[in-house]
Amino acid sequence: MKEEFKVISRFIEEKSRVLDVGCGDGILMEYLSKNKVVDVRGLEISKEKVKKCLSKGLAVIEGDAENDLKQFPDLSFDYVILSQTLQAFMSPENVIENLLRVGKKVIVTIPNFGHWKVRLDLLLKGEMPVTKNLPYQWYNTPNLHMCTIQDFYNFCNNKRVNIYKSISLNGEKVSNITTLNLKYKNLISELGIFLLEK
Amino acid sequence: MSNLNKMKSIIIEKTLKLDCGKEISNFPLAYETYGNLNEKKDNAILIFHALTGDQYASGINPITKKEGWWNYAVGPGKSFDTDKFFVICANVIGGCMGSYGPGTIDPLSNKPIGTNFPVITINDMVNAQYNLLDYLKIEKLFAVAGGSMGGMQVLQFVSNFPNKARVAIPIACTASHSAQNIAFNELGRQAIMSDSNWKEGLYGEKSINPDKGLAVARMAAHITYLSKQGLQEKFGRNLQERSDLKFGFDADFQIESYLRYQGSVFVDRFDANSYLYITRAMDYFDLTKQFGGNLSKAFKDTETKFFIISFTSDWLYPTYENKDIVIALNAIGADVGFVEIKTDKGHDSFLLDVPDFLSTIKNYLSTTYSNINERRI
Repeated sequence: MKEEFKVISRFIEEKSRVLDVGCGDGILMEYLSKNKVVDVRGLEISKEKVKKCLSKGLAVIEGDAENDLKQFPDLSFDYVILSQTLQAFMSPENVIENLLRVGKKVIVTIPNFGHWKVRLDLLLKGEMPVTKNLPYQWYNTPNLHMCTIQDFYNFCNNKRVNIYKSISLNGEKVSNITTLNLKYKNLISELGIFLLEK
Repeated sequence: MSNLNKMKSIIIEKTLKLDCGKEISNFPLAYETYGNLNEKKDNAILIFHALTGDQYASGINPITKKEGWWNYAVGPGKSFDTDKFFVICANVIGGCMGSYGPGTIDPLSNKPIGTNFPVITINDMVNAQYNLLDYLKIEKLFAVAGGSMGGMQVLQFVSNFPNKARVAIPIACTASHSAQNIAFNELGRQAIMSDSNWKEGLYGEKSINPDKGLAVARMAAHITYLSKQGLQEKFGRNLQERSDLKFGFDADFQIESYLRYQGSVFVDRFDANSYLYITRAMDYFDLTKQFGGNLSKAFKDTETKFFIISFTSDWLYPTYENKDIVIALNAIGADVGFVEIKTDKGHDSFLLDVPDFLSTIKNYLSTTYSNINERRI
């Protein structure tokens, strides 16, 4: 399992209700339901992936977060997970608001556009960065709203969203992000994982 | 007659109070089963048929000698794997394959009951079928499933009998029959009732049935089961065994010939009055209204695992109507899965060879069954 999922699953307490938004093939859902005995639901936009999840007996519905989060009542989940999809939404702001409405706690992971390789690409080559976590060209990328860890921090501060925990992932290396090391982590992290609360 | 004798049937002695206010008792309910009930009695699946179906879901229907209506989905190694599961299917009341319906002979007059049969509802249908579970001594079903009107029965069943089934699979259906649905059904009924052989529903004494009306009803309905794209691809403007138009009203086009054929074979196996009664039951179906406008209340406290399926090209029970059920279930935190299957086969997709659909159900059922068993240990 991906290092990112291991971090996420450590955030989640046993016997809680979880919604995985953009659950993909349901790998994290399977892990959580087997190892953490959580009651886990998924929302996924790709028909192919939804069928895979349902074939595994997972409670996944086909839909997209921008339209289909509406149907979930306020605070109906203990945790809502959004793994590396925030940047693909038309309105990340609305999605985050809805996640915080539906979940008591929200786990968001973002590919960090502030990583030094990304910065160097643009600085030295003068081209839009293409990396392992961001493998698309500018003309075919689904990522409409890229941000950096620092950006996301500022966003949460402005929106008065509590960042409960924030984790940096650089390859397999896991470390904490604090206000003191934020500038540095923003340079060396490939992924940022945030545990949020309203 | 020998085939009729082999037909499985129970007599329901208990009084059933119908939604129309009338009471029925000592009435027959015909059914069929496939596979074997295991020792723990935890592998039973009750499937519900659609408007013109019957209890013969799998294999060859002994009466019509044609393939069972869900032969693609029910059988050894299939979606509803009868090597693993015990599949039960009953003919709905109002039907014409052995269950109590307008074609049943009234012992007093020795004539078919005809339109003296009470108007029944989807609710009455599932309440009648519940007796079958008592008879088969099944405490808890593993699953209930069905498409179209069968899906409506799934919804009504889980609402009436909470947690009687671990899994519910309503397919290509709705919680509330739309104006368009009612309109098409009315068209069919009018076709039957305007056939001079219908005789206010009291036909059948001299075996002169309103076949023409019933055939037209079937033709109209059949169009609603297919998609425009599917029809275009299959028939286009192809001509029927002729090289040019004949400037008349014979079946010039293949689609005309196809529909006429569908109409003509249908009258051999279906009763016109049953068609009236069952379409009426569908029209009256409005689970949302039954629960004061809040569909979620129909499933209050449910522990059943729902799997809802719709088809992209189904314009009779479109995806958004299926999704309303998903939304109602999510609103109460029920365990629900939903997928819209991509196909150009229209509403009929659930009856046809749509591999994505068939394999997803198969895997969903087998994984869920083993997960439930693991948890119990």
